[in-house]
Amino acid sequence: MSTVDPKTTDSESQNSPVTPHRKRGVPEGLWLKCPGCGASVYKKEVEQRLNVCPKCEHHFYVSARERIAQVLDEGTFEPMNEHLRPADPLEFSDRRSYADRLVSEQKRTGLTDAAVTGTGMVRARRVALAVTDSAFIMGSMGSVVGERLTRLIEWATEQNLPLIIISASGGGARMHEGILSLMQMAKVSAALARYDEAGGLFISVLTNPTMGGVAASFASLGDLVFAEPKALIGFAGPRTIKATIGIELPEGFQTSEFLLEHGYIDRILMRKNLKTEIARAIDYCGK
Amino acid sequence: MSAGPGLEFENDIADLENRIGSLERQTDRSGDIENEIRTLRLELVRQLRETYSSLDAWQTVQVARHKNRPYTRDYLNLAFDDFVELHGDKHFGDDRAMLSGFAKLDRFKVLVLGHQKGRTYKERAACHFGCAHPEGYRKAMSKMRLAEKYQLPLICFIDTPGAYPGIGAEERGQAQVIAESMFKMSRLRTPVICVVIGEGGSGGALGIGVGDRVAVLQHAYYSVISPEGCAGILWKSHEHAPKAAAALRFTSQDLSRLGVVDDVLQEPLGGAHRDHHQMASRLKSYLSRTLGELEVKTADELVAERYEKFRKIGVFIEESQTEV
Ligand SMILES: [Zn+2]
Repeated sequence: MSTVDPKTTDSESQNSPVTPHRKRGVPEGLWLKCPGCGASVYKKEVEQRLNVCPKCEHHFYVSARERIAQVLDEGTFEPMNEHLRPADPLEFSDRRSYADRLVSEQKRTGLTDAAVTGTGMVRARRVALAVTDSAFIMGSMGSVVGERLTRLIEWATEQNLPLIIISASGGGARMHEGILSLMQMAKVSAALARYDEAGGLFISVLTNPTMGGVAASFASLGDLVFAEPKALIGFAGPRTIKATIGIELPEGFQTSEFLLEHGYIDRILMRKNLKTEIARAIDYCGK
Repeated sequence: MSAGPGLEFENDIADLENRIGSLERQTDRSGDIENEIRTLRLELVRQLRETYSSLDAWQTVQVARHKNRPYTRDYLNLAFDDFVELHGDKHFGDDRAMLSGFAKLDRFKVLVLGHQKGRTYKERAACHFGCAHPEGYRKAMSKMRLAEKYQLPLICFIDTPGAYPGIGAEERGQAQVIAESMFKMSRLRTPVICVVIGEGGSGGALGIGVGDRVAVLQHAYYSVISPEGCAGILWKSHEHAPKAAAALRFTSQDLSRLGVVDDVLQEPLGGAHRDHHQMASRLKSYLSRTLGELEVKTADELVAERYEKFRKIGVFIEESQTEV
């Protein structure tokens, strides 16, 4: 289920699409090269616009913490299950051990694993919120992500809270925890099915990238599925598909717009409108 | 049944099988020849026992993918008394990689779902080598509804390298159908038994894998990603697939230890591909016994216990919350 392309897998090398670069005569780190339009844009201005390019509206990476700040009312977030920590049940090692990888990812991102969960307010509406962060091993789902999401969904079921999950997971189910990661897909989906039976409202927000086992579980199960513009969303990685069928992939394949066109997404939302539109949907659904 | 096209690690075994075969074909067998056959047979059994009691992960993958390994349709022929194939995803088309229909097993009327790989090249191409498209999962979901409505236990045979990666598959919602199928299965108000008979390839396998009981054949495997895919990503080369296979811990023993499967079904000596009949008969008695255990449960009990079964899976550290 980890369908990410080899070139984008080393989380160390790719985590932040917001890569500062040097411009002649300007101190390093003040300018960004936009992958959307190629222009050099002033980093401060991008940050003020929620990490969106002022020239072309390209949506840059945002960390889970920034995302929470963008969506929730200030100071309302109460994290849950931060005390769950990843283990290394397979004693997995590729060219590097998973145990080492976890330590360095935690140090680099300041996260304990790829999902942050908790409760808070969206324009004064109480919600259960989860956000995955693509900087932490590609935002992939192992046991901790699966358990945090499941506990959050169970909490939302008990407390009758609307549930928002914002996905940024290019890595799908995390290879380093093997079959246990795959099973998290079933565990989280089962929790969502029970939440659904209890009448809970689930809004799934897909951001760049949402692939593999994350796309093929909770991310696709929203009563409402929203996406940011031009996010990469799909089941199989583009390279895997290309290698299988041996032809070039069509322009815009596996983007938010492609999925909207094929009927799998309800709305594409600019980042600046996300909070307001979540609140609006909650009001329509009577929660 | 002979093992057919050989596996590399079975060269000595294949050699023995050939020698026994050619001796047996002699019309006029002297006592010496009979003795020779007996000796070779004993040696064959010894070697099969030795090799198959200690297959490594990569060898297991080879056995699970063996071209003569019994597929869903073979089990339908050998273990079931009747089979009424039902096509129809009621949406787009008929996916040959997903078989479904009514069947009888002992005294039970059941609904069977299963990946199908195909035996001849033509069949294999028509089945996309066991890789289902979204229409396969939609077909599966339509049969799940039928099973629930008419209180037929559902039996799912898992045998796929993975869900199909292609343009049409993405256009028609591969990710969404797999998610929806797990979602539905988790609440299905009828008994569900899943058996990994060969390859349990990631989401494509799990899409029909949420059951009250999940069993795996001794030499089958069940993995988050194919060993080749994992090697390509983490070792940057498919050639490291044997290393990835070992690292992923996906053999029946591992799955049992990790709490992912409830039961491991022992295969005949030398693997299921050597004796379809014996494997089918073991599978049949397992299914019959398990159906008997599940039929006494109410739908509420089934759904609640199925939830708990998957709820428990995962390994993590729970730090004391009082610590700072
Ligand atoms: Zn731009």
